[in-house]
Parts: sequence; C-alpha cells; structure tokens
Amino acid sequence: MSIHVEHISKSFGEAAALDDVSLEVESGSLTALLGPSGGGKSTLLRVIAGLDTPDSGIVRIEGEDLTGTPARERGVGFCFQHYAPFRHLTVRRNVAFGLEVRRRPKAEIRSKVDELLELVGLSHLGERYPSQLSGGQRQRMALARALAIEPRVLLLDEPFGALDAQVRGQLRQWLRDLHDTLHVTTVLVTHDQEEAMEVADRLAVINHGRLEQVGSPTELYDRPANEFVLTFLGPATRLGGRWVRPHDLAVHQAGDAPAPPGARQGAVTRITHLGFEVKVDVELDDGASCWVQLSRGTATDLGLEPGQRVWVASVESPEPVEPSDPSDAAEPTRSTLLHA
Amino acid sequence: MTNLDTTVGDLGLRPSSRDPGPAERGPGRRRNTRRNSLVAPCSALAHAGAFGAKAAGPTLAVTYLSLLVLLPVAALITNAFSHGLSTFWAAVTQPEAVAALELTLAAAAIVAIVNSVAGLAVAFVLVRDDFRGKSIVSAVIDLPFALPTIVAGLTLLALYGANSPFHVDLAGTRLGVGTALLFVTLPFCVRSVQPVLAELDAEVEDAASSLGATRRQVLRRILLPSLLPAVLAGAGLAFARAVGEFGSVVLISGNIPFKTEVASSWIFSLSQSDALPAASAVSILLVLISLIVLLGIGWARRRFNVPEAV
Amino acid sequence: MKDVKENRWRLPLRFGVLGYLALLVVLPVGTVFYRAFQHGLGAAWDAFTTPDALHALWLTLLVGAIAVLLNTVFGVGVSLILARHRFPGAWLLDALVDIPLALSPVVIGLALVLVYGHTGWLGNWLAGHGITVIFSVPGIVMASMAVSLPYVVREVLPVLQEIGTEQEQAARTLGAKPFTIFRRITLPNIRRGLVYGVTLTTARVLGEFGAVAIVSGAIAGKTQTYTLFIANSIDNLDPQSAYAGAVLLCLAALLVLTVLTLSDRGREAWHRKAPA
Repeated sequence: MSIHVEHISKSFGEAAALDDVSLEVESGSLTALLGPSGGGKSTLLRVIAGLDTPDSGIVRIEGEDLTGTPARERGVGFCFQHYAPFRHLTVRRNVAFGLEVRRRPKAEIRSKVDELLELVGLSHLGERYPSQLSGGQRQRMALARALAIEPRVLLLDEPFGALDAQVRGQLRQWLRDLHDTLHVTTVLVTHDQEEAMEVADRLAVINHGRLEQVGSPTELYDRPANEFVLTFLGPATRLGGRWVRPHDLAVHQAGDAPAPPGARQGAVTRITHLGFEVKVDVELDDGASCWVQLSRGTATDLGLEPGQRVWVASVESPEPVEPSDPSDAAEPTRSTLLHA
Repeated sequence: MTNLDTTVGDLGLRPSSRDPGPAERGPGRRRNTRRNSLVAPCSALAHAGAFGAKAAGPTLAVTYLSLLVLLPVAALITNAFSHGLSTFWAAVTQPEAVAALELTLAAAAIVAIVNSVAGLAVAFVLVRDDFRGKSIVSAVIDLPFALPTIVAGLTLLALYGANSPFHVDLAGTRLGVGTALLFVTLPFCVRSVQPVLAELDAEVEDAASSLGATRRQVLRRILLPSLLPAVLAGAGLAFARAVGEFGSVVLISGNIPFKTEVASSWIFSLSQSDALPAASAVSILLVLISLIVLLGIGWARRRFNVPEAV
Repeated sequence: MKDVKENRWRLPLRFGVLGYLALLVVLPVGTVFYRAFQHGLGAAWDAFTTPDALHALWLTLLVGAIAVLLNTVFGVGVSLILARHRFPGAWLLDALVDIPLALSPVVIGLALVLVYGHTGWLGNWLAGHGITVIFSVPGIVMASMAVSLPYVVREVLPVLQEIGTEQEQAARTLGAKPFTIFRRITLPNIRRGLVYGVTLTTARVLGEFGAVAIVSGAIAGKTQTYTLFIANSIDNLDPQSAYAGAVLLCLAALLVLTVLTLSDRGREAWHRKAPA
C-alpha cells in the first residue's frame, strides 16, 4: 500500500509545523522520517494517520484520497513512543482491541491474538497487565496490537525512544526482520540517524517542517543535498572551507610523508580514544580547526601526540561528491556542498 | 528564616515532588510574604505541638485522643447495649427508627449514584473543555465543602422552599432532602475523578481511534473503565457524608416522621427527649451499616484497580 | 500537540454542567445574598447586629480560636509521634484520628454527652469539681475539637512521612539541637500542609452545627453559636437575622476557599481525602 503525501501544510497557532511537504512512500517499503526534535516529522506521521488534520494538502493511501477520513477508518496501525497501552486490559485484550471493536467472532479473535503474540514473542505474557511488562515488551505488544487489524500501513512514532540502548538495538533488528517477513508498508519516525540508516530502505529528512531530502541511506550520506542533511546524517568537519567526513581524512606527522596537494598543515590539539575509533582534533594554520576519525590501528601506527605538527588531507574518491539528483531533493535552490 | 533554611530548601529536598522548592518558586516567592500573616501563628502553634510531642510524647497524644474520641466512642457502644440486647433491638426496630434509617440509606445511595454521574460530567468539563470563567466553576464546586451545613440548608430553603421564585416548594419533601444531600456531596464526586481524568494519557485515546474505535467505544471501553475506581472512591465518600448529614437537611426537610426524617434527625430528637440508650443504639446501627457499605465499595474498587508493576 | 477534537457533545455537556451547578449551588447562594439585602443595607446591618447575633458571633470566634489552637498543637504533636516513633498500638492511634470523619456530627455530640453529661461516665467526677462541660462553653469547645480533629493530622502526617528523617539527621550531624532542628528543618517543610490543615480546621469549627446542637443546649445569649443562632432565627420566624448571618458565613467560606486555592496543595490534596 503506497502512501502519497501532497503539499501538506500545518500550523499550530503561529508556528508552522509542516510547510508544503510532499512525499511518496513505496508500497512494502520501510521509510524513516528523520530529523531533529520538533522538526515536524511526528506531525507528518499523525497527519498520515488521521490523528491530526492538515491545513492544506492531500493524503493518499494506495491512490485513495483519505484526507477527510477520520483515523479509525483509514486502516492504519499506529505505535506511540510511550506505547499508549490500555492499562486496565491484559496484554491479550490489548492486542484484541481492534478486533473487538470491529465485533469479530470470539474464536477468530482468539486465534489471531495467539498468532500475533507468537509473532512478537509474548505468548507467555498474555494474561499480564502492561504495567507488569518491560519497556521492550510493551512496545512489542503495541506492535502486535497495531498489526491485529491488518493495517494497510504501519506508522511508528519514535518507537524505541524510551528504551535502553541495548534493548533499542535488539528491537531495531527485530523490527527489520519483522518487516522483511510481513512486508507491510512502514513509516518510522526517529531523531536517531543511526537507527534510521540501519533499519530503513529510504530516508526522508525533515527539518523545520520542510522536507530536505529523500533517498537511500547511502545516497543521503554520500550525496547530501544541503548542509543540514550533511551534518545531521553523519560526522562532518571542514577542511579548507569544504565539508568532508572525518573518516575520509588522512593525517600524518609533518615530515613523515610528503604532503599531497591540497593538504593543510596544523597541530594536534587533542587525541581522544573511543574504543575502536580514535578522534584527533587538529588546529590548522589558517586558524580553522577540524577533526579526523581514525581506526585504532591506524592511530597507533601514526604515533601521534598532542602538539605535533601534522598535515591533513582528504582521501575521498576522485569522483567529486555532487548533490543528489534535484528531483529527489525538495529544495533545489539550496547550495550544494562537498564539491570539488 | 536563616541561611540554613534557605540552603536546605535549595537542595530540593521538598515534602512532595509536586511542591516546587523555594529555589524554583521564582516570582511566586513573593506569595510567601502574603501568606506570612497566616504562617506565623501556625508556626507558633506548631512549635507548641512539637514541644508537647517531645515533652510528654505518646502519653499526651493518647490522653488527647482518648478524651475526644476513644472514651466517647466506647461510651456510645456501651450505652447502646446498656439495657441488654433486647432493648437495643427494640430501639432499632421501632417504626420511626426503621423509617428514618431506610430513608437515610436510600437517599444516600441515590444521591451517591446521581452525583457520581454528575461529578463525572463536571470533571470532563473541567479537564477537557475550555472557556472563560472556568476557574470560577472550580471555586463553585468547592463551595459546598467550605460552607457551614446550616447555611447550605438555608440557601436551598431560600430558593426551593416556601417563597421560592421558581414557584416550587420542596420544603418537607423527600426531593428537598435529596437536593440538600446532592449539594453537600458534590465536591467529593468531582474531586475524586478530576485528577485521574487529567492524568489520563491522550495518546491512549488516539491509539484506540487508530485501531478503529468510535468515540462512543473509546468512552465505554477505555475512558470509563480507567475512571471507575476513582468514581467508586467518590461515591463512597459521598455516601458516607450523606448518611451522617444533619445541618443541611434539617431545615428543608421539616423532619416529618416517616416522611422526611433522616436518621441523624431521629437521633437528635431522641437525645433531646433523653432517650439516650435508644439514640446510641440507632447511632451504632447507622455506623455499622455505612461501614459495611464502605467496605463493599472498597472491595469493588480493589477489584477494578489494575495491578501495579511486579 | 493535538487538534482539539470537534466533539458534538462538548457544548451540551458544558451547558448541562453549568446548569446543574447554577441550580444546585450558585442560585441558592445568590438567593440568600439577595434576601439578606432585599430591604436595604440598613435593615441587613440591623439584623446582623442584634445582641443575640453578636453574642453568637463572639462565642463562635472564641470557641473557634481555642479549638483551632488546641487541635493544631495536638495535631502536630500526634503527627510527630506517629511519624517518628514506633510503638505498639500506633495503628490504633492512627485509626482514632480518622474516626470523627466517619461519624455523623450528631453521633459525635451524643457520644460526648455520654461521657461528659451529668449522667455520663465522668459526669459525677466533673460535677464534684464544679466543672460543667455539657450545656456550657467547654462542651462546645470539645465538640468543635472532636469534629475537626483529623484535619491537621491528615495534612501534616503524610508530609512528615514523605520527607523522612534524612534532613533531620543531616542537621543533627551538623550539630543542631532537637528544637533547632524542628524550628529550621521540620517546620518549614510542613508549613504548607500545616496552613492547609489549619484552614480546614477553622472552616469546620466555624461551620459546625450537629454536634454543637446536641452538646450546647443552644441557650440564646449563653451557649448559642453562630450556626445555632441562624437555625434558631428560622425557627423563630426571623429570617432576616438568619440571612444576614448566612451572608457572613458565606463570605467566610469564600475566604477559606481563597486561602486554600492559594496554597499550592489545594488541588492535589483533595483526592487524598478518602477515609476508607
């Protein structure tokens, strides 16, 4: 079930939450709406779900214009950041809720709930109450509940935001696996770019109510449409006025090896060891500063110390990094970066 | 107050997480000076209390409570059975007593139910609606609690009694009794539900909608069940209050035996005619019955309350 | 952020509730004000300042002051004992404090008469020492204390239990003496609850009717409190005095409400009022 969002705008009072956003979500794909908090991505999700009405624009699911349809008739499954469990109902009754309000026969409900609890791994917790579950279990219950109504699309609003890092990692993987099994069109809202890149087929970056760029994770990472996408999606630093990824930089002690053309000179100010990676801060002679990301082995080999004179050069592929195809980017007027 | 006070308060160690510490109060700090006029005498009294607590400790407390509560209650129970079980039974099965008890319990039950519904409606309006003057509405709801009962009765008598501008006369009617009880029990039914409603997660209703529930289904399957324990709590408080209510009822009811005489009025007239054992007997029975009802409501509340996290 | 749902029940519900409140509370109270001043301010003032009325007012204020004072002192004391000490029978003390809330005021008055009346348990002993309690001022004070007994304890005790002893222990390690600890640590912490409890106690004492009716004999000019005076005025077919007095008590009630609302705990403490 594809989703088409066309020229959606929405304001809350004076503040514009969404500004002429248009987006296409392919049927069966897992798309992430990525962006900083308050940027409008949750609002967009709620508009798709019908929980909020846009001031202007159209929402289509599988071609059908649903803009005026209330949430309960859209056939969307929605999961909330804090799970929104029905506290007074058991896990089973929670999952069964959507079927019960549709007055399905009891036997059908029972078997469907069994099936879903099995799918999410909560079969043994059916008679518990949500307050007796862990955060991760509650979110799985919420997913089962949303899937029970066989939704056309599945919408997840920061589903892992309230969980521990470790549980989050497990559930991300689990969600991806689930999607690969079920192939329900899924839209996921997150502010965590690592999560988005790990889980999603396509990313849509939203900032200040505007769609900045849409594309695959690699596309957005290697060919960001503007500075915001560039800095949001991954580490970035500036060398000689250009943006560059810190792991695409090489650094050597001055005098150790001949400096390649375009290299800048400077001095190491600080070295931070972050497990496998090492971060080297360098103050360049022209007054600017940058940082370089090295693997542990490389750092050890180089034998860098704070205060040393070094040169820094970019080692990206010879092909200059260009902005992505303008038809992907929402704002073709934005200046392009990462260019030679 | 000296430096030490400010320091301790600033550490954020406040009585309840709801109270902002003095450090956080900010502009509200000025409010403190306005209330200082009340605080100073209170402090003085509190000091005295602390001194008493230290000085003679539990003995003093026990004496205070004995003189005011323990002895009187013991005397009540003893007096009720002072002439034996048969006299007790005779006193409580006296026709006028039975009529009064029946009226009281029935009226209290009906009023508790009516105001539970009304209280729910009021709570919904207070929490979910927004209009100018809403805070005045909130004060109006608390008024029956702060008002002396006799004044409450007088206001109802003035509006619905003999010279009523509405040309009704509820004086001497059971409806009048019910109205008085509705008046005094309203705050309990509203204030028990309101905070629970306010804390309900809006997301939960969105979730129900997205799963296909109509507005009515959301109300019936999600909202009301969540509110049920609070509604029962309010109903219990209302019932307990209504059963013992005297001041507000006495004016509008006219205390007509077998018609509008409530249990407390009957006990009162028994005491005035020096039939103290009978008065005690009826009192004990009244207390027992309302205790049973309250225990029942308490059981029902626990039954509907969702278990806490394991 | 959410859209405000367009709910077709919103307006009917609002007006239904407002109508209910108007009919039940606002209009009745308004009627009393109207009736009190119906014949002009002068007439109202006259009704308000009759000797019986003024004596009743004075008596009520006197009794109120004493009762509130004693209940505050003992209330704080009992709270401190229950919060800070463990002893057998503490649960009984706790239950005793709550009992007046479960009893009709008439029953409380009756119970007091059974102990302190001339045929009561302590009747003989009191008579022998020349002390009259029932049908005189001490009885009114006791009745007022009995009905309002729980309020201070129920506001202060939870606070004491919630803040725990850590702050006091910290102060002790810093070298403060017990009374200093109370003055500088405990008292500021319970201040809000105390104000709230004292205000409730005051409101209850000023408004008490049933218990005092039994205990005092309501002798005009001697043992008639203000509430009894109002009731008596109606019986004596003198509604003007009753309305005038009622207006005063309404204003007092509004003052009480204002104080309670200003205290931040006003809203939160309500739902903790359940006795059972």
